[in-house]
Amino acid sequence: MAAKDSGRAAAGERVAVAKTYKLFIGGAFPRSESGRTYQVTDAKGGFAANAAQGSRKDARDAVVAARKAFGTWAGSTAYNRGQVIYRIAEMLEGRRAQFVELVTAGEGLTTSTAAAAVDAAIDRLVHYAGWTDKIASVLGSANPVAGPYFSFSTPEPTGVVAAAAPQDDSFLGLVSVIAPIITSGNTAVVVSSAARPLPAIAFAEVLATADLPAGVVNLLTGDAAEIMPHLAAHGDVNALDLTGCDAELRAALERAAAGTVKRVFAGRQPNFTAPPGTARLRAFLETKTVWHPTGAVALSGGGSY
Amino acid sequence: MAKKTSGFEWEYAPAPESAAIGKLKERYLPFIGGKFVEGNGEEIKTINPATEQPLAVVSTVSTDDVDTAVTAARTAYDTVWSKMPGSERGKYLFRIARGIAERARELAVVETLDNGKPIKESRDVDVPTASAHFFYHAGWADKLQHAGFGPDPKPLGVAGQVIPWNFPLLMAAWKIAPALAAGNTVVIKSAETTPLSILVLAEIIADAGVPPGVVNILTGAGDIGKALVNHPGIDKVAFTGSTDVGRQIQSSLAGTGRKVTLELGGKAANIVFDDAPIDQAVEGIVNGIFFNQGHVCCAGSRLLVQESVAEEVLEKLRTRIGTLRIGDPMDKNTDVGAINSGEQLSKIRELTAVGDAEGAQRWTSPCPVPDRGFFFPPTIFSGVSQAMRIAREEIFGPVLSVLTFRTPDEAVAKANNTPYGLSAGVWTEKGSRILGMAQSLRAGVVWANTFNRFDPTAAFGGYKESGFGREGGRSGLGAYLDTDDVAEGF
Repeated sequence: MAAKDSGRAAAGERVAVAKTYKLFIGGAFPRSESGRTYQVTDAKGGFAANAAQGSRKDARDAVVAARKAFGTWAGSTAYNRGQVIYRIAEMLEGRRAQFVELVTAGEGLTTSTAAAAVDAAIDRLVHYAGWTDKIASVLGSANPVAGPYFSFSTPEPTGVVAAAAPQDDSFLGLVSVIAPIITSGNTAVVVSSAARPLPAIAFAEVLATADLPAGVVNLLTGDAAEIMPHLAAHGDVNALDLTGCDAELRAALERAAAGTVKRVFAGRQPNFTAPPGTARLRAFLETKTVWHPTGAVALSGGGSY
Repeated sequence: MAKKTSGFEWEYAPAPESAAIGKLKERYLPFIGGKFVEGNGEEIKTINPATEQPLAVVSTVSTDDVDTAVTAARTAYDTVWSKMPGSERGKYLFRIARGIAERARELAVVETLDNGKPIKESRDVDVPTASAHFFYHAGWADKLQHAGFGPDPKPLGVAGQVIPWNFPLLMAAWKIAPALAAGNTVVIKSAETTPLSILVLAEIIADAGVPPGVVNILTGAGDIGKALVNHPGIDKVAFTGSTDVGRQIQSSLAGTGRKVTLELGGKAANIVFDDAPIDQAVEGIVNGIFFNQGHVCCAGSRLLVQESVAEEVLEKLRTRIGTLRIGDPMDKNTDVGAINSGEQLSKIRELTAVGDAEGAQRWTSPCPVPDRGFFFPPTIFSGVSQAMRIAREEIFGPVLSVLTFRTPDEAVAKANNTPYGLSAGVWTEKGSRILGMAQSLRAGVVWANTFNRFDPTAAFGGYKESGFGREGGRSGLGAYLDTDDVAEGF
């Protein structure tokens, strides 16, 4: 844990065990392949921790893990995905105090404001848990085509989504970016806030214990400006969420995304305290239309008009 | 099986449609601000690809004209179209739908003369589907609040649209109808080699009394398309064409915040299992690759056939293809018309030569080929491996690449082994296999025991590098609405 536990103990007090913050790739917690770390400070400028500084290789490993997990996660039932995402909320509720502390220290908020953000994040997961088995009925359709065919359109996950989490809103923002991506069956490679990466890695510990299959969410700490260009140009990434990128980086990443015709969600200025609409869900969905002949001659005699 | 290549030796008497029905004019003008005006670009002669003879002179626009058109569209949006109740907007679209139907025969002839596609296709598919597209979207105009994009969804503004030459009128309908229904105004550029049918559509739009500037139709080549999609006055870009150009457009619009939808290339797998109704599958394969001379982004250009029936399917396929009539597109009996341009014909020749060089076995239909015009006989490559260019690249012509598979898993792996993902076909009598395959194929449209079906109510569009966004259905409408959850700030 951050500042408090890693700080000095007074004489006679127990020395807290400080945590080494690592990456979260394929369900494991590796150090950066590059061996690099960077110092994370709390909102007051004090030392908080050394975080792993994710590299191009880490990003590529994360894409491999996300691609591997995609078939299983996308192929699981919507009911099952809903239960897993609800389980994440349950796990988070149990560790609420830890996140309030991290957000308070990292963002320099009052405890009550930080607590409101953590509560909103938990509630957001519950919200999306209930979406998994509604998406197809809300966004799909039976198509009344003008011919003897049964035709339906159904939403499907786009694939591997690379996302830059918000820089300032280090936890509610992070959860608000990740949840809609995985709700519909996509898998994610997420670059955390650079200056405030600790809630992301603490959240990875929640994910690792929430029955979420390994690789569905992969979290990299470090600099989005360094890591995202590799993901934007990666041939096995299907879509980008650029929420956490500034305008200049967004434009560069959108250009890189064009090389493999990636879907890009840049969205408007996000306000994560407001209840979410469906734009983030829809951004990472494809529509598949299936046709089959009905084979039946109109039972009532048919005829043309 | 017998060695014969064709089971039928039927002679057909010519049954040509009359070119006079097309009422071709000597000269065509772009349509800007409600008027047919001289463009400031260079004139082009559009030719009949079946004869290589000129059909008409077409005035093309300059980049200044693009500016004029965008301004006209903006003014029409601000002063008229965005203020008009949806119920009134819809009535204009209904009028256009009717107008197309009323001039259907003329449009079919114009389309066939300019494009080279068989008259039976322009008559039975392109024109009626274009009319249907307007009719369908007309009904949306006053029901946007029921489309699932919030209680009061707004249009985006001015749409800049660029369409290809393979379905000139139908693509115009796919682009214009949803844009207008959602309340946008339009500047659309036709393809360089097929400007005529959309200019007849312009007459229909003018006759329908659509307010000036709501639809502007530009003629010209790629430079005009580029100027249009990059024009700062455009709020939404919609493009149908090659993946290469799609990439350029996506790249050039990076950072502008402008909405884009792209309908790009494809390399569809048409998968035939051993329990498929083989005769029906053969018809579907033929339709999948020879419809519109294979100038179809969703063409079933890769045949994946289960090993146990591969020989039988290929034999029947050759026999059936041998009966296809290639020739005068205006003849109502013609099955395969002309390649749209000399340039496209060269591309097809080049890629098929690569197929030979890479060791695939070429079979060419023995059908007679006209000695003038741009024609390419139906062709099958067998013994194709996944690494070959003819299995990976879009040929956009009447050329089928045949691969085989043993298990359903292998079929899925091979079908999905492409950067494209526009469409796929599945042929099997087994219901569970149809549904399982439909789920596993990473493609925007899956046709099971059929192929190349289109309907305005059914969303069409690609996965992966076949583009993003949909046309048709509710999701197609969403491409022309501001769906960014304004109230929530998401």
